[in-house]
Amino acid sequence: MDRRNENILNNIDIWTIGLYIALVIFGWVSIYGASYNFDDSDFWDFSQRFGKQLVWIGCSVVIAAVLLMLDVKIYTTLAYVIYGFFIILLIVTLLVAPDTRGSHSWLVMGPISLQPAEFAKTATCLCLAKYMSSYGFTMKNIRQMVVMCLIIFVPMLIIVAQNETGSALAYLALFLVLYRQGMTGIVLLLGVCAAVFFVVSIRFGATPIVDSIPGENLGMFAIMIMAVVIALSMVYFYYKDKTLVKTISILGVSLFAVGIIVYNYLDVKIKFSYLAYIVVGSLILYLLSQAIRQRKWGYFLISIFVAGSIGFGHVSDYAFNKILQPHQQTRIKVTLGMENDLKKSGYNVNQSMIAIGSGRLTGKGFLQGTQTKLKYVPEQDTDFIFCTVGEEHGFIGTTAVVVGFLALMLRLISLAERQRSLFSRIYGYCVASIIFFHVAINIGMVIGLTPVIGIPLPFFSYGGSSLWSFTILLFIFLRLDASRKEYMME
Amino acid sequence: MINDSNDNRRYTISLIMVAVCLIYIIRLFSIQIVDKSYLEQSQNNAYLRKVIYPSRGLLTDRNGRLIVFNKSAYDIMIVPREARGFDTLAFANTLGITKADFIKRMGIIKRKSGYSPYVPQLFMSQLSDEEYGPVSEKLYKFNGIYVQKRTLREYNYHNAALALGSIGEVSKKQIEADDFYQQGDYAGQNGIELTYEKVLRGEKGEEILLRDSRGRVKGKYEDGKYDKKPVPGKDIELSLDIELQKYGEELMNGKIGSIAAIEPSTGEILALVSSPTYDPSMLVGRKRSANFAALSKDPLKPLFDRPMMAQYPPGSTFKTAQALVLQQEGIITPNTAYGCQHGFHAGALSVGCHGHESPLNLKHSIQHSCNAYYCCGFRSMIDNRKYKNVSEAIDVWKNHIVSLGFGYKLGADVPNEKRGYIPNSSVYNKIYGENRWKGLTIISLSIGQGEVLATPLQIANLGATIANRGYFYTPHLVKKIKGGEIDSSFITRHNSTIDPKYYDVVVEGMELVMISGTGYYSRIDSIAVCGKTGTAENPHGKDHSIFMAFAPKDDPKIAISVVVENSGFGATWAAPIATLMIEKYLKGEIPKRRKHIEQRLLEANLIKE
Repeated sequence: MDRRNENILNNIDIWTIGLYIALVIFGWVSIYGASYNFDDSDFWDFSQRFGKQLVWIGCSVVIAAVLLMLDVKIYTTLAYVIYGFFIILLIVTLLVAPDTRGSHSWLVMGPISLQPAEFAKTATCLCLAKYMSSYGFTMKNIRQMVVMCLIIFVPMLIIVAQNETGSALAYLALFLVLYRQGMTGIVLLLGVCAAVFFVVSIRFGATPIVDSIPGENLGMFAIMIMAVVIALSMVYFYYKDKTLVKTISILGVSLFAVGIIVYNYLDVKIKFSYLAYIVVGSLILYLLSQAIRQRKWGYFLISIFVAGSIGFGHVSDYAFNKILQPHQQTRIKVTLGMENDLKKSGYNVNQSMIAIGSGRLTGKGFLQGTQTKLKYVPEQDTDFIFCTVGEEHGFIGTTAVVVGFLALMLRLISLAERQRSLFSRIYGYCVASIIFFHVAINIGMVIGLTPVIGIPLPFFSYGGSSLWSFTILLFIFLRLDASRKEYMME
Repeated sequence: MINDSNDNRRYTISLIMVAVCLIYIIRLFSIQIVDKSYLEQSQNNAYLRKVIYPSRGLLTDRNGRLIVFNKSAYDIMIVPREARGFDTLAFANTLGITKADFIKRMGIIKRKSGYSPYVPQLFMSQLSDEEYGPVSEKLYKFNGIYVQKRTLREYNYHNAALALGSIGEVSKKQIEADDFYQQGDYAGQNGIELTYEKVLRGEKGEEILLRDSRGRVKGKYEDGKYDKKPVPGKDIELSLDIELQKYGEELMNGKIGSIAAIEPSTGEILALVSSPTYDPSMLVGRKRSANFAALSKDPLKPLFDRPMMAQYPPGSTFKTAQALVLQQEGIITPNTAYGCQHGFHAGALSVGCHGHESPLNLKHSIQHSCNAYYCCGFRSMIDNRKYKNVSEAIDVWKNHIVSLGFGYKLGADVPNEKRGYIPNSSVYNKIYGENRWKGLTIISLSIGQGEVLATPLQIANLGATIANRGYFYTPHLVKKIKGGEIDSSFITRHNSTIDPKYYDVVVEGMELVMISGTGYYSRIDSIAVCGKTGTAENPHGKDHSIFMAFAPKDDPKIAISVVVENSGFGATWAAPIATLMIEKYLKGEIPKRRKHIEQRLLEANLIKE
């Protein structure tokens, strides 16, 4: 026992621990900055949040230590049990949780509130790793594929039902892991395209391409351009068919050049979307002719992709405007920052960008930020914590945080790749993917690049559930990594 | 370490991560270093969005008398995050509360769902001008305290409380159903205020103010370029004659019941009295909730809108409707006469009647309200061979009655209207078995007793239909909306299924009621009133007194129904009240001869203590 513990301590990855500690400390400093008040005479707040966060951090250290001391075999042995337990816990939470601003995700036990959805991520990662590393698992077996997807989607759906769509979406990050394990990249590409096309068709569905010509739809136009570009890249990547790429590119560019000249100098109100349809149409015809002439199935599939993208854009536009109820539309619009409602998400993003932008190169200095204090951004120490970093520590601070997270993720990937056990490697990728999703969406939202989805920034955002769940997620992997040289049987 | 064919995918994944981070760093570079506008904005970016509430539409009566208008009220709002560094005790003293009160209120605010320390929270609501005046200049000293101006209702006449309705804080359900509302807003909760909420409320405005980093207001954002002016609500001219309404409430004082008066040619409601009533100003402002609780506990149910919601057997007033249906179906003619031996007797069944000559023809049967006449007539209709069976007969009968406005909601613009009740064949088939019943079984329907129920408004509407000789307009309280239109359903004529020629004899009978019949005591010398008394049997106590009338006989201006609960015969209480109302409306005053009747009614207290 002693010797093993010693062994573990020697084998723990010092880089990851170092990055973890650095991020947690920087996070706490930011929370302190966000909740610090100019006037100290705070006469009815029970206690300050930075104080509480210190308690959560202390607990995290204990949790980390315990995780490192536990026998490594329990994670493989108990993966399914833990997963089952959390599925039940999520359902129970859904049923018993009080309404906390519309969400039913908090388990309240006296003074302590926990959000099981945060911890369920770890359970799902363990379960997924266990299932995908089991003997005889292959990406080609349909039944196994279905089970694999269910492992991801079941907790996700329950969390959607709890009205925590943001937390649920984080599970989609696990598709990166599937990709690493051999799932075709097309799925990833199609998934990203679907998400982007949906957002674009709604976000710009009512915007005209050119202000003076109403009735055209910038969303569809953008989707067509994107679909053509992706299709051409695929043709080039898979078939090296330069003629096709060249022909269509020249057709498109010259069509639009003529269109712009006609529009600007001859003052003819041409419809640009018709030009795009011409390009799309010729591309599809060209692809089909290639498919028939060269008997290559791939050309046909690419043409399906192009046609499907256009269809998808129309369907999501139609579904949004005709099928969804007005209040559901509003909710999505708010999420996309198109409408300011009571929650004022669009307003929040504007405020947060002003806060970050006003930080300039070096920031206003610790506790000197004015924008993030006394303001109307309700989540300034949780989802919008990155604002404080930007305002008080400037571009240097924000870059340091982004680079810090990138270093952590890359380090996790390299650790994952050195594992001898498939279980550990898959789990390692799960950790990296989930952290990546959170960082990408959270920071993207604060700087106005992604929709406003309320998910925390790992190690930074205020709150015990978030900090503990990321600590557990990470340290289980560090424990697995420390024992990588031991013989492990899955 | 593990060999697999997808080994190079680690680089793809790493590349995606690097690419995203790189994009973010470029974006941060452009926001933080390249673009200088954010720094400028940060110096004056703190907006305070202040809602400016529109003034609510005014309510006037049909003669342009102002009934309901607005007064200012002031809500004290607190932004907890900003409200620091001030003297709690001084603040509490300014508002005239104790420090303990202050702490208690803050505690309640913090426990509210949707609480945010950054958003103004309602600390104290609806200070009047008098209350607000003295504190207004002291409040500016306190950080994080804002004043929200609102409008409350004020009343020139303290009548028609239930018809007008009141406004109150919106419920959670209302907020969810309509984006217009925010927590703490007011909206109509009953009566006209509720039905015409969207007309009356107007559109909110918004003022965007700038604040410095410590929350002090520094002026308007871009000189008010983005401010939105509130659009005041539309004014409504009601069809009520508020003086008549007031007089009606005075006459009904000390009695339980209702008056509904309609202008037959338009369906406009002239008066809608529910008694006992209350002063509408009781439900305004901070005393609203306490008063509301007291009113809802009152055993006499002043919140129960009797003319719209109370349902009574219409009693003998229903005989006029029967006379119409029986003629239309060819069962009787104006010359048909039935004998009456102090009532209707068939085997063991007996329906009593009071002493009058016999036999009577149709006109005189109305004059004397002969029970036997209608029992005979109704029986010969239901048992008539011209119908396939009794079921068909009763359904024919029911359809005629429904066309006179009974059995379903009339569709008036007062919420919570009740539909009354007119039975059909399936009701009796269920009770007695398929066609195993006959006219005698349901004979009490003939005289407006038994299963049939009607609201006072429906009875008044019957009066209006007879006055019009065959049609009615849906009764409604709103005459005009300034800058809007009234609902088209209120200008659609509803024709009854009875031929207009059959109405004349009924009108003549009703005139005789006043000249030498059951309504003689309540006659008006100068106006040809047509009336019909009624008595609704009440299993719980003394019968209800009912009277239905319209006047003048030719070119009628008013149709009315009066119900006085637990007061006996229609002729005793309901009839004099109805004729006084008619006289007041048509002549403006009560002549000397009838002053003693007026006096007796104003003073009568029929409510048992």
